[in-house]
Amino acid sequence: MKTRGQKRILPGFGLTMGFTLVYLSLIVLIPLSTLFLKASSLSLREIGDIIMTSRSLAAYRLSFGASFAAAGINAVFGLIVAWVLVRYKFWGKALLDGLVDLPFALPTAVAGISLTTLYSEKGWLGGVLAEVGIKAAYTRLGIVIALTFIGLPFVVRTLQPVIREIDPEVEEASAGLGARRWQTFLYVIFPNLLPALLTGFALAFARALGEYGSVVFISGNMPNKTEIVPLLIMTKFEEYDYAGATAIAASMLVLSFLLLLTINLLQWWSRRHHAVA
Amino acid sequence: MLSLKKNRAANAASQPRLVRRILIGSTVLFLGLFLLLPLIAVFAYALEQGGTAYWMAIKQPEALAALRLTLMTVAVAAPLNALFGIAAAWAIAKFEFRGKNILITLIDLPFTVSPVIAGAMFVLLFGARSAMGGWLLDRGIQIIFAPPGIFIATIFVTFPLVARELIPLMQALGNDDEEAAVSLGAGPLQTFWRITLPNIRWGLLYGVVLCVARAMGEFGAVSVVSGHIRGVTNTMPLQIEILYNEYDYVAAFSVASLLALVSLVTLGGKKIFEWKSRQHIIDQSAYSAQGGPVESTAS
Amino acid sequence: MKRFLFTGIVLILVAGAAWADIELLNVSYDPTRELYQDLNAVFARQWQAQTGENVVIRQSHGGSGKQARSVIDGLEADVVTLALAYDIDVLEEKAQLLPADWQSRLPNNSCPYTSTIVFLVRKGNPKGIKDWDDLVREGVSVITPNPKTSGGARWNYLAAWAYALRRPGGNEALAKDFVTRLFKNVPVLDTGARGSTTTFVERGMGDVLLSWENEALLAVNKLGRGEFEIVMPSVSILAEPPVAVVDKYAGKHGTRAVAEAYLRHLYSNEGQEICARHYYRPSNPEVAKKYEPQFPKITLFTLAGEFGSWKQAQQIHFADGGMFDEIFEGRR
Repeated sequence: MKTRGQKRILPGFGLTMGFTLVYLSLIVLIPLSTLFLKASSLSLREIGDIIMTSRSLAAYRLSFGASFAAAGINAVFGLIVAWVLVRYKFWGKALLDGLVDLPFALPTAVAGISLTTLYSEKGWLGGVLAEVGIKAAYTRLGIVIALTFIGLPFVVRTLQPVIREIDPEVEEASAGLGARRWQTFLYVIFPNLLPALLTGFALAFARALGEYGSVVFISGNMPNKTEIVPLLIMTKFEEYDYAGATAIAASMLVLSFLLLLTINLLQWWSRRHHAVA
Repeated sequence: MLSLKKNRAANAASQPRLVRRILIGSTVLFLGLFLLLPLIAVFAYALEQGGTAYWMAIKQPEALAALRLTLMTVAVAAPLNALFGIAAAWAIAKFEFRGKNILITLIDLPFTVSPVIAGAMFVLLFGARSAMGGWLLDRGIQIIFAPPGIFIATIFVTFPLVARELIPLMQALGNDDEEAAVSLGAGPLQTFWRITLPNIRWGLLYGVVLCVARAMGEFGAVSVVSGHIRGVTNTMPLQIEILYNEYDYVAAFSVASLLALVSLVTLGGKKIFEWKSRQHIIDQSAYSAQGGPVESTAS
Repeated sequence: MKRFLFTGIVLILVAGAAWADIELLNVSYDPTRELYQDLNAVFARQWQAQTGENVVIRQSHGGSGKQARSVIDGLEADVVTLALAYDIDVLEEKAQLLPADWQSRLPNNSCPYTSTIVFLVRKGNPKGIKDWDDLVREGVSVITPNPKTSGGARWNYLAAWAYALRRPGGNEALAKDFVTRLFKNVPVLDTGARGSTTTFVERGMGDVLLSWENEALLAVNKLGRGEFEIVMPSVSILAEPPVAVVDKYAGKHGTRAVAEAYLRHLYSNEGQEICARHYYRPSNPEVAKKYEPQFPKITLFTLAGEFGSWKQAQQIHFADGGMFDEIFEGRR
């Protein structure tokens, strides 16, 4: 371990730290505090009244529900995808592995128009779904589809390194002790993956909650039905309802902070868990 | 015991093949359906009416103006955030101080703020009805509904990207090289240019590439602060929305395909940078206890 | 290298801006994109011939209410051409950007063109939609934008309200019930008229689109390729989209003269012809006569006649906690 004295051998702490703090304050902290300042001009009761209208409640329910569903889908398929990409060799694997990051790189508006066109009744997939009586675009299902797209890389990329580090000998030992494969998975592998899986889930969930660009195209933007919280904020904003917009935005921010805290705790737990295992 | 193990092994050979096929199959299907198809669709719809229509759509003055503004946004946001990323990573990775975790969390904050809220924030801060916005406007300085607002909103949403790449990388690399350089009498700048920068260049480049990709594609935050003046404050994603709303699907997808190409380059770049920086870390710290490469994924 | 690139880009931009001697920003509502594209080109040519000055007119489009909000927040429009008078009134009310009597500064209450609200239905009118009553039938899906953000949607809403009020035995309670039932049939609320047209035309949603007449004619003639029909209801509302110079910003930019000339040009014969060609009803009687066959005759009631003023209509129906909010809350 290095001692404090040794650390200070290196120059530039004052300069870099100073720049970091100034830049952070200018770009992030001051603007964010403006929002809270604005929201604080409302009493808690007023904020409550804004948040408790049936329209906002419906938006919260939808945002949380759809984000949760999408993060859930991603947790299940993300686990499979991560497992397959780490453990198996097959043709086209490198391509698929590279593709996983696409939602990070592809602009949300592009994803939005592409998914909407694909899943609308005239689209390639929407036409097929329509025949079995399922409407995807402009419904809640469409929102879940867009949010699944957005959140996919989080689960896969958080799980991959953890799966890579699982020692095959553990599995062999487990099998050697007479465990069936599913038992090995359930009792030996899965507990090891759980912290990372939860982290990935939380990251995907957090990202989905704030998503706007892709959802605005594919959701019908119908109050009470297909209106997500970011859209509601935008609508309130466009309706001159600044108080309403800031109140809802502030409440979302608080939730985001809590989520971020949870994610950091999960990651810390995951690291510790890993160190022990 | 031994026979049992053999039995299991035989079992493992037959059963997993089925399991394996199902797993690979569902992976290919899931990724194909959710990732590959939307990507293909962008290009397919863009080229639906042939190459000429595609070219005409991209050559539109408004599309070109959007491209120019987008490039300019990138030229402002990426270097600033790169500078910040280097400074923050240096302060955080090379020194111990109290509140480090809080600082890291604060740097991550923009990831969790919905882009719409980010945009709204800047309207509240710089709008004509706010104290600061009014003051600036009286002096002829327009922030929102003008390129500066777009730059700031973009800087906000891409804020952590470079720092997040560099912090774990520099932590993994440790201080030994720099300390050696300093004790041999190298100046601060010399140490940075000769020692640190070569060590982190791939991570830095990748962070910048991520930042560029995200800056080009930001929609929600920019949409709030843009004002949608055609040929002036529309970035490419906003131009796509406008074209889409004007029933000009081929043009919308044509512009979209340019952005999709950028994202493909980003993906390719990521592979290269990951590989290079992994090699670098392995070369550099073969003797270091920290070992393994840093997976930097959460963004 | 990076700095070099940056400087280069800045130079190109500065050069691009310097090309134009004057820049004019027209902040408008959703469906006027094509109209002003044409008009701008013609006006710029004329202005150059007259004064030798090169003028570039920039356009910004969106839901009328949203556009007004942006102007209040500092989107420095030299002229606004919005969907209804209230959205210009708020510029005075909230930010004193122009005098309160702005509407008397140009002919015809500052409305160079008018329009009305019609129904757009799918080919062959499969649901047999003929009049307002058909919109509240069960199983009919109606597309309209959000009255909170869109000007056209407010005209839609008021037209339906006035129809119900005007029916024999009609009263406020019945009108509210009628509009409530109508909005029960609305599956999607877009923020602007153009978004709704896209929803109806391209996404194939809904049986009937409540639309600006100009937007409906555009859809039928340019987009629909015979897929849509216009249904004229028995009565509708006279929609009056006004225009105004935003004094504060035009003064600041020194563009007052050209901004006024630009709006006056809308009233010229040439301007009126362009309006008519884009399916807006011209205010000039001569031009109106020439394009008469294009616009079916229909009984139109006026906003002033039914609702007094836009301020009153806005207050009662569209303000926070107003009639529309009540209707929407009780919709489910």
